[in-house]
Amino acid sequence: MDELESDKHVKYILSIEKKKDDVEALLMEHLRINGAYWGLTTLDILHKISAVDPEEVISWVMKCYHEDCGGFGGNIGHDPHLLYTLSAVQILALFDRIDVLDAEKVSIYVAGLQNEDGSFSGDMWGEIDTRFSYCAICCLSILHCLNKINVEKAVNYIVSCKNLDGGFGCTPGGESHAGQIFCCIGALAITGSLHHVDRDLLGWWLCERQCKNGGLNGRPEKDADVCYSWWVLSSLIMIDRVHWIDKDKLTRFILNCQDKENGGISDKPNYAVDVFHTYFGVAGLSLMEYPGLKSIDPAYALPVDVADW
Amino acid sequence: MDYFRAVYIADERSHRSLSLTTEVIHLNAGNYTVWHFRRLVLEALNVDLCLERDFIDRLAVRNSKNYQIWHHRRWVAEKLGTEASERELEFTKKILDLDAKNYHAWSHRQWVLQALGGWQNELAYCDKLLQYDIFNNSAWNQRYFVISRSPLLGGLRAMRESEVGYTILAILANPENESPWRYLRGLYQGETELLVSDNQISEVCLKILKTNQSSVFALGLLLDLLCYGFQPSGELRGVIESSRNLEAGSADSNLATSICSILEAVDPMRSNYWGWRRSRISSQVC
Repeated sequence: MDELESDKHVKYILSIEKKKDDVEALLMEHLRINGAYWGLTTLDILHKISAVDPEEVISWVMKCYHEDCGGFGGNIGHDPHLLYTLSAVQILALFDRIDVLDAEKVSIYVAGLQNEDGSFSGDMWGEIDTRFSYCAICCLSILHCLNKINVEKAVNYIVSCKNLDGGFGCTPGGESHAGQIFCCIGALAITGSLHHVDRDLLGWWLCERQCKNGGLNGRPEKDADVCYSWWVLSSLIMIDRVHWIDKDKLTRFILNCQDKENGGISDKPNYAVDVFHTYFGVAGLSLMEYPGLKSIDPAYALPVDVADW
Repeated sequence: MDYFRAVYIADERSHRSLSLTTEVIHLNAGNYTVWHFRRLVLEALNVDLCLERDFIDRLAVRNSKNYQIWHHRRWVAEKLGTEASERELEFTKKILDLDAKNYHAWSHRQWVLQALGGWQNELAYCDKLLQYDIFNNSAWNQRYFVISRSPLLGGLRAMRESEVGYTILAILANPENESPWRYLRGLYQGETELLVSDNQISEVCLKILKTNQSSVFALGLLLDLLCYGFQPSGELRGVIESSRNLEAGSADSNLATSICSILEAVDPMRSNYWGWRRSRISSQVC
């Protein structure tokens, strides 16, 4: 079987930071903080976070902070949004530097995005999605400020997005999708509300996502993609059903998506690599206890030694 | 980009700024800050939003998986109100013609139906998509959305009988299709006793198993029925037992256990799941 090319992945992640002028950099500009979270977490799982200077990272993250409202943008000069606020808080947690934040202020920003029905908007423009429920709940939990929102209503909204197959969608009635399921199960796990989940029904749907090539897809009849190694596996672990899939086959699928020359992991074998599939691949392997990797917490998406609060 | 930064920081809500946002969006339609600023400018200038809709029409085909565009589209449609419903349904149809499983398009479509209306032809639309691709899980999901939420159809119970018939035909045509099997269960959600007592359900399983003894979904549903207390016919028992002998040689003590053994053999990737199901069968199950 192929092996995980850890050193090359580390090199690949560190090299992204230096490329600032190509097309990929332009398209990533507005979500650079997401990219930083994916890259840094992967480095930490690979035991190589020491390759970056924490002070440099933290001072850049804090330049994305909007002091007036308490939210973070995706890069310096970009508007605040829940997606980027979570990444910022996760990065600070990675370096154990939550103390640089005014947690009260950030949590007021996050709590302010909760709607009357318990759902969350991503920002002041009001787009609603269970992704944002997860971002808010995960972020507030890291900051120890879950008491700032109405948790019961937040949970009820997520439960209203449950479908006949046991999965969850982005809004009530939305199709079950493994990415949305991770968000909903993660939020329910953090708030201690997994009793709302039909674990056996959802577990069966999730393990039906494993395709003949060993990889996982996100919905029926879609192609396998490395990203679902994270979304599906973490959900299966949270509901305690991960032994229902064939881990060896999935491990082989992920390893087969590596760029063995230049590092990085792609969505499918022989496709172009990118930083988030590198994260999803390495994190998926960590969830399957691949040797030599730090374990990652399936709900907080941070190494367990970081998520130990 | 630098020009955009300048007008953004100066908060200049002018026609010049609007054209700048157009240019920047063409470079990177994912830059959400630009979209935010564009909405502020549109509001300040009181621009005809039908023109804005045309702008998104042109942009969306190339960027149909971009969250910002869909969110902007919803903002425009919401402002235009119920009259926009037809155009929005038509717009999502255009995107779904290119990719019938586009998650954003389905999400927008569900929002349009609930916020602006236009349910009249939705079941027919689902049918059309399913006729084109019966494996389209998004269309099955939309079908469930319509029969359970449309104000015109009377709800799930009123629709059950005709939907069961429709779903059984879909299963018979493609027994390996995961979606209609789950849909069939969904039609009886929370009413398992009805699922068990409706002969059509066990009959469709039997019919499939007669031609394909290792059909995972037929065996899986039958297993559920047995666990819910279903009493199998002699014929059904015979089909399972002959298949059990083919797969592993010896017979098990009860039918549900036999089914699990067959499933472990024919679906090895999920053998742990089926093994777990076997371990949970109570002695009262047939």
